[in-house]
Amino acid sequence: MRFIVIILICSNDTLTVNSIIKSYMKPILEVSNLVKHFPKVKAVNGISFSIPTGICFGLLGPNGAGKTTTIEMIEGITKPTSGEILYKGIANNPAFKLEAGIQFQSTALMDFLTVKEVLKLFGSFYSNPQPLAELVKQCFLEEFLNQPAAKLSGGQKQRVLLALALINDPDIIFLDEPTTGLDPHSRRNFWHLIETIKQKGKTIILTTHYMDEAEQLCDQLLIVDHGQVIAQGSPSKLLQEHFDHVFICLDEADIAPELHDKYKFTKHGNQLVHQSLSVEKTLQEFIQLGVSLNSLQVRNPTLDDLFLQLTGHKLRE
Amino acid sequence: MNQLLGLFVARSKEYYRDRGSLIWSFVMPPLIIAAIAMAFSGQEAPLLKVGLYPNAETPSVFADASYIQTVHFSDLDKANTKVRHHQIDLLVFTDNSGHYLFNPESQKAAILQKLLVQDSSTSWQSQALSGRQVRYIDWVIPGVLGMNLMFSGLFGVGFVIVRYRKNGVLKRLQATPVSPIAFLSAQLLSRLLIMLMVSTTVYLACDFFLDFLMLGSYIDLLLVAVTGNLCIVSLGLVVASRLANEELANGLLNLFAFPMMLLSEVWFSLDGAPEWMATASQFFPLTHMVQAARKIMVEGAGLAEVSHHLFMMLIMGAIFLSVAAYLFKWRTD
Repeated sequence: MRFIVIILICSNDTLTVNSIIKSYMKPILEVSNLVKHFPKVKAVNGISFSIPTGICFGLLGPNGAGKTTTIEMIEGITKPTSGEILYKGIANNPAFKLEAGIQFQSTALMDFLTVKEVLKLFGSFYSNPQPLAELVKQCFLEEFLNQPAAKLSGGQKQRVLLALALINDPDIIFLDEPTTGLDPHSRRNFWHLIETIKQKGKTIILTTHYMDEAEQLCDQLLIVDHGQVIAQGSPSKLLQEHFDHVFICLDEADIAPELHDKYKFTKHGNQLVHQSLSVEKTLQEFIQLGVSLNSLQVRNPTLDDLFLQLTGHKLRE
Repeated sequence: MNQLLGLFVARSKEYYRDRGSLIWSFVMPPLIIAAIAMAFSGQEAPLLKVGLYPNAETPSVFADASYIQTVHFSDLDKANTKVRHHQIDLLVFTDNSGHYLFNPESQKAAILQKLLVQDSSTSWQSQALSGRQVRYIDWVIPGVLGMNLMFSGLFGVGFVIVRYRKNGVLKRLQATPVSPIAFLSAQLLSRLLIMLMVSTTVYLACDFFLDFLMLGSYIDLLLVAVTGNLCIVSLGLVVASRLANEELANGLLNLFAFPMMLLSEVWFSLDGAPEWMATASQFFPLTHMVQAARKIMVEGAGLAEVSHHLFMMLIMGAIFLSVAAYLFKWRTD
């Protein structure tokens, strides 16, 4: 009898642990066959994906690919033509608005309120907002906290918008092209902020058309073009799947014209690029042929290369 | 409740920091009133006005005088009030009794009495009715204050919401748990409070300089202002419920504002106007607000006497608010 009880307890414990693991592994968001047709544009054509809890999920694609429409349908801002969206396993989950933090691509703030007042206003929308001091510290808002929100620089405004997205201590955060229009320094600072949020175990959905941003921040990627998914996976896995070579780049002036066809160079500006399966072998051949290596650059494939390979056009065209 | 309060406070702060709108709200009505006061500070119109009750028969003594205008009254109380307020110079009873009423403080009444004395065919009997003269400025002030409430209510709320929709502020609010009702209510209440404060200040300032007539209760007047303002702001919310284009919103708001300004007895009475015009004006909330305020201020009417105006404004306000809530969209597709 005692043995049976122990087995039952063990069995119960196992069930509990499994259910915890399962709930952790359970997707926070599941999207199936999402479609959005506007009168003149088919913006999204049957996109499906799921996002596990606690990762940074990137939607990568050129302008007009359907990224913003997709996440605005998930956010409940745009009504889908068809398809299903489940948040924590539930369609039209009423908890979504309370547990989601959203930063739109371009949002104006109230003209005559200071940053502090805007934060307080948005805090009043939630029953348990994050303390103001914590948000200010987290998003580095101290120096312009009392400035009118309408008179901020691009980088400052993006930090305020991020703070607004975090004000309800959300479980899931949507960042729609958060660094578009920022200078490189501000972009780096913003990436650092997002890394900090990731470390807190939040799920982040990021849309971007910057490949370096996606590579730097995202654990999983969904590459979309013309409203459809063209590739899905982690950045490293995607690159491994599609590339077994590296790129050897040289100035056009360093390569004799007769070698162009032999090595199937492609031209990018003033550079000629060769896809090499073995860097050592190719470089030895170049040295033997007397090619000057002063301008030599060797680089791994990027997501931009992947996009070019998959679609025939570059990410930012 | 927190959401409503937060939005209310935010909108109110935005209003008083928007110096352009603030100055306009405070400065425009006194400027208009000052202009009117200056324009009408000289002699009154030379025309003499004689009221006729109960029949419209003009006494022979006045019949050939082109400088005398006769106005027929079927309501004796109304006619009496007009005599007291110098709005007519004499009231003649056309029932062959030879009876007439005059205001002893009116110089025009004295002229008309001299004319009557020359008429030997009737034995005229006079009765004095005293009362303070109602100047045009006394008559027009409820209209100008009402007009200010109308412009501020329509444009102040309508424009702000359209601008918020255009620049994405509403889209950002849509992503929060704020409901459209909480948002619209906050806009309405904020504008109501602001306009009551502005109107009170303008009222006091104008009263200090012009000492205009106020015979009724201030509480009744406040009630009329609150009801009228709620009704007009609700109309502004209807216009702003979907638009994201400021030019179109401006045109639509003017489409409502200008007919109201012209036909709601802001500047002139519709007493002698065609019937259809008077009927049409009853569909405008401003007509009810101005008429009710004027009755309270100029005639000393109580709430019971303006209750039909209050009722109409409440009905219209409820319809406008329901339509606005039904049509409202955070953003256009």
